[in-house]
Amino acid sequence: MTTALVAQDIANQLNANYPGVNTEVNNNAVIIDSKSLLSLMTYLKITPGLDFNYLTTITAIDYYQQFEVVYLLVSMEHNQSLTVKTRCNREDPVLPSVTSLWRSADLQEREIYDLMGITFEGHPNMKRLVLWPEFQGHPQRRDYLQ
Amino acid sequence: MTLRTEPFIMNMGPVHPSTHGVFRMRVTLDGEVVIDMEPVFGYLHRGIEKLAEERTYLGVIPLTDRLDYLASMTNNFGYCLAVEKLAKIPVPERAEYIRVIMAELQRLAAHLISVGSFLNDAGAYFTPFLYMFRERERIIDLFEMVSGQRLLYNYMRPGGVSQDLPEEFIPALQELLKQMKGYMQEYENLLKDNEILGARAKGVGILTRDMAINIGASGPVLRASGMKWDIRKVDPYSIYNRFEFDIPTGVQGDCYDRYRVRVEEMKQSLRILEQAYQKIPAGPYHTEVPQLIRPPVGETYAHIEAPTGELGFYLVSDGGIAPYRCHVRAPSLMNLTALRDMVKGWKIQDTILTFGSIAITMGEVDR
Amino acid sequence: MFTGIENAFVNLPQALKADWPGNVWWHWVIFTLIAIVFFLGSVIMFIFMERRVLAKMQARIGPNRIGPFGLLQAIADAVKVLTKENITPSNADKIVFWLAPAIVFAPVLMVFAVVPFANGAVLADLNIGILYAIAIGSLSTIGVFMAGWSSSNKYSTLGAMRMVAAVISYEMPIVLTFATIIVLTGSMSLNDIVIAQGKYWFIFSQPLGFFLAFVAGCAEINRSPFDLMEADSEIVAGFHTEYSGMKFAMFYLGEYGEAVVMSTIIATLFLGGWQGPFLPPFVWLIGKIFFVFFLMIWTRTTLPRVRIDQLMKLAWKFLFPLALINLFATGLEVLTFPNGLPWYFIPVNFGIGVVLVLLWSRLYKVGWGRIEIQ
Repeated sequence: MTTALVAQDIANQLNANYPGVNTEVNNNAVIIDSKSLLSLMTYLKITPGLDFNYLTTITAIDYYQQFEVVYLLVSMEHNQSLTVKTRCNREDPVLPSVTSLWRSADLQEREIYDLMGITFEGHPNMKRLVLWPEFQGHPQRRDYLQ
Repeated sequence: MTLRTEPFIMNMGPVHPSTHGVFRMRVTLDGEVVIDMEPVFGYLHRGIEKLAEERTYLGVIPLTDRLDYLASMTNNFGYCLAVEKLAKIPVPERAEYIRVIMAELQRLAAHLISVGSFLNDAGAYFTPFLYMFRERERIIDLFEMVSGQRLLYNYMRPGGVSQDLPEEFIPALQELLKQMKGYMQEYENLLKDNEILGARAKGVGILTRDMAINIGASGPVLRASGMKWDIRKVDPYSIYNRFEFDIPTGVQGDCYDRYRVRVEEMKQSLRILEQAYQKIPAGPYHTEVPQLIRPPVGETYAHIEAPTGELGFYLVSDGGIAPYRCHVRAPSLMNLTALRDMVKGWKIQDTILTFGSIAITMGEVDR
Repeated sequence: MFTGIENAFVNLPQALKADWPGNVWWHWVIFTLIAIVFFLGSVIMFIFMERRVLAKMQARIGPNRIGPFGLLQAIADAVKVLTKENITPSNADKIVFWLAPAIVFAPVLMVFAVVPFANGAVLADLNIGILYAIAIGSLSTIGVFMAGWSSSNKYSTLGAMRMVAAVISYEMPIVLTFATIIVLTGSMSLNDIVIAQGKYWFIFSQPLGFFLAFVAGCAEINRSPFDLMEADSEIVAGFHTEYSGMKFAMFYLGEYGEAVVMSTIIATLFLGGWQGPFLPPFVWLIGKIFFVFFLMIWTRTTLPRVRIDQLMKLAWKFLFPLALINLFATGLEVLTFPNGLPWYFIPVNFGIGVVLVLLWSRLYKVGWGRIEIQ
């Protein structure tokens, strides 16, 4: 059985190691501030005992006021999983890319950029994935009409 | 005098005999050697995730059929698991068994196509392909028996399945399982140790274990790279922990390993089926659920081992009758991430072979 | 019943001498007609046979609607293809594009001039028959390259380049194996070669030669597993991707025509041509042609396709040295026994063949072949 790690423990661990970053916990998911996302993700990936070497999926959810991006991490070594979330505002949706840590983010971040309009900084090939380059708008947003 | 040469760019696809749908590869060639490759997606994008936001929870099931259209049953399965997890719907025992039988039959059917078309891409002029279609036809007949459909079954429901097994199903399944062993032997005899296939596929398109994990590969592609990771074992869903089966793995992650892993997996599926149909209990085949399911506010992720890999559904509910967000973790898309690295430096023919060995379905890649 | 026809065949050349009224060489006219009719008929039968045998081997039925057993399917296809629109790509090289099918098709037909259907029943009993067949047979490569180049399609160009590379490489072993036969018989005339096989067929005294000629022949006429030039799963249709209508039909005919030619030459050189008891000679010849073609269909249904570098390796590292050694060994045998080889050379040659093939299959490895890209 893949054990879902208790988010509160991880959040405490992160807060202890990275003083000054805000990590909240909601619905057994660690919510990380987008500014410190990359460093905390690196920590989650390389810390012994956590070893989240497998990024299962990334998805973005549009809550009208903000976007929530969900990262599902799995550690194949310990058979543990963790949900990490981050948020960004809708006016200027920019997030750091985690492609440098997990290449599985490559196509998924492109897809999110395509359909949700969140730009991932540091992504090597930030282009539309499924829609054509001239397409206007981001259809996965809740307020996308037409 | 030196001849001036220049690489040329060739578009393979979207309409091409072996792109398994409408995939397009922009291949930069130096003669026969691939020096760069850029996959282009989106020719089959139907916006299923967006459409799902405007359907009721039950209405999404037909949409999931159309993800990996060669494995509709498992798609239904994954989605129903997610809805059940979200709305806390219990599933009766009999339904669990029916689901496992269907999922394993579907895995057989999908792997038959993957292996067949892989060998076809290798150039075995349709012979293995047609042999495998012969058996797939039998499986499809079984599906038709239970669901009335032959490709997009729309069979499973949150809380069970839509119809009970008809009386003639179990005998037909028994008959198929009995014959399937001989058929499997037939495929092995045909091409398993073929010299040309070995020369073509062994050592070609290598995906190392670390790379496979890093790119988020799953299913046979990940296992062929030597990682023993099967959702049915590591995170058993439904009643998979009651069955005995092994996880076949490859050694070096080349095309041949991926082909072998698929064939071995078919044998394991047969094992599960043997155990499952004997133990199937009587009882109700579904829980009564309202037409309009209103799960409590929350979000959930449910994943299954689909024939192509880890198929996951991330469902967000706002308490309404439609999912607020329904994200599909498409294994086919993820498995394609490393395609460029796998084919670089090989010949065009290896590109086709490597692509065939990943065995994607475009319906799932583009969604 | 057949004796009448047989006699007519044999006596025709003698009966129709060049000193007929009008000083026309009538037997040329008649044999040309026979050759063309035979060629077209066997091409249609080949297409039918290929489709039916393929279907049987692939657990399906195959064409069975038109005519008895679907025999007329090829004719129906021909009618269909003739009525199709003739498309020329807008940036194709028009003249070359139009010329290519004819250049592919014509040489194939010309080879039949030297094939004997019975003793002496041949359009032109050239004393350099084999040489003529090889030379003319490889002409169609030019047509293929013209087609591939003029289509201005990348698949076509690739297919054409593969074709040229393959044909040039495989011409070597094929010529060398044919040379072995020439050493054995001391003649290049196909009729003489068939007569020399009166005691036993050369497949028995030259098993390795037959094997090499068959493999190289399959590659030469791009049959599977060497069908890289029109590999449908890779480069769509190779050099004839852009062709349609009648021009495509010419390629199609030419392709099966090449198969007929190759089967005929192999049947003539190794399987004793028209030699055989009881039945009339031309029946034997046709039967043998179809047998060789059946082998080709069999390999096509079973084997996957090789890669282009493996194709080259096979030609230069496997077939070519074996053909050379075979030629050398046969030369020695003929030197030792100038008045015909005794019977015990059949097992000896068979042994040599098996040992050489086993040895060479251990000596080098196909596969791998990745090129580092920066």
